[in-house]
Amino acid sequence: MELGVFVVLAVISVASAANILIQRQPIYSALSLILTFVCLAGIYLQMHAEFIAVMQVVIYTGAIMVLFVFVIMLLNAHEEVNPHHKTRVVRFLGIPLVILLVVELGSIIFYSFAEETFVIPQSAPGPLGNTQSIGMLLYTDYAVPLELTSILLLVAIVGAILLAKKEL
Amino acid sequence: MIPLTYYLLLSAALFTLGVLGFLIKRNVISMFMCIELMLNAVNLSFVALARQFSLLDGQIFVFFVMAVAAAEAAVGLGIVVALFRNRHTLDVDEARLMKW
Repeated sequence: MELGVFVVLAVISVASAANILIQRQPIYSALSLILTFVCLAGIYLQMHAEFIAVMQVVIYTGAIMVLFVFVIMLLNAHEEVNPHHKTRVVRFLGIPLVILLVVELGSIIFYSFAEETFVIPQSAPGPLGNTQSIGMLLYTDYAVPLELTSILLLVAIVGAILLAKKEL
Repeated sequence: MIPLTYYLLLSAALFTLGVLGFLIKRNVISMFMCIELMLNAVNLSFVALARQFSLLDGQIFVFFVMAVAAAEAAVGLGIVVALFRNRHTLDVDEARLMKW
């Protein structure tokens, strides 16, 4: 049952990720990407990472992808033209390099995890829930990175406004 | 319990699709979406390894990756809007002023 749910979600997410590459209209790619993110949120939920699953839906599909769709509609991004001669280097070098990446990743995963050498017994979930434990960690061990993240987001806001302004 | 290998294989598949899309897409917004796909593939392996080791630190890394992805999307789409305003195209091959 658990494996079945995982396989269904994994197949849907990989299929919609492949659909991103097939579609030529950016808006259809964006919608497939949203489907991929929702499937990943389901997988996180299955791994008992409830906080991350909710963040995945709220931040990725709720904020980032809405921004993408908004920009696509704002710029009236139409169909991609056929790749012309300038991209020939990418076409001839890119595909072999991707195949190399597949072989590399596959062999690393198979050789290092095939025997599940370092299986650690699953400790029972603590008295706190997933979200509460993450909150405790974020405001104790990871308090400095959390504050730095707020500075990063502030800089990003200022930068985005400056970049999108009519005249600099 | 689903073995860790399955999660890592799914993560590798999604990452590879993201790399492939980044290489073959010529529309700057589509290339951006492929970067987001790669970030998500990495997040998946973070969460899977966090579950394997019964540690929460991996999930906290995912939280930070999401914050950086949000900042990156805001700034990147600002650049896309500025590029479109100056060049009237979204084709990355048209923006080649600094290319050798």
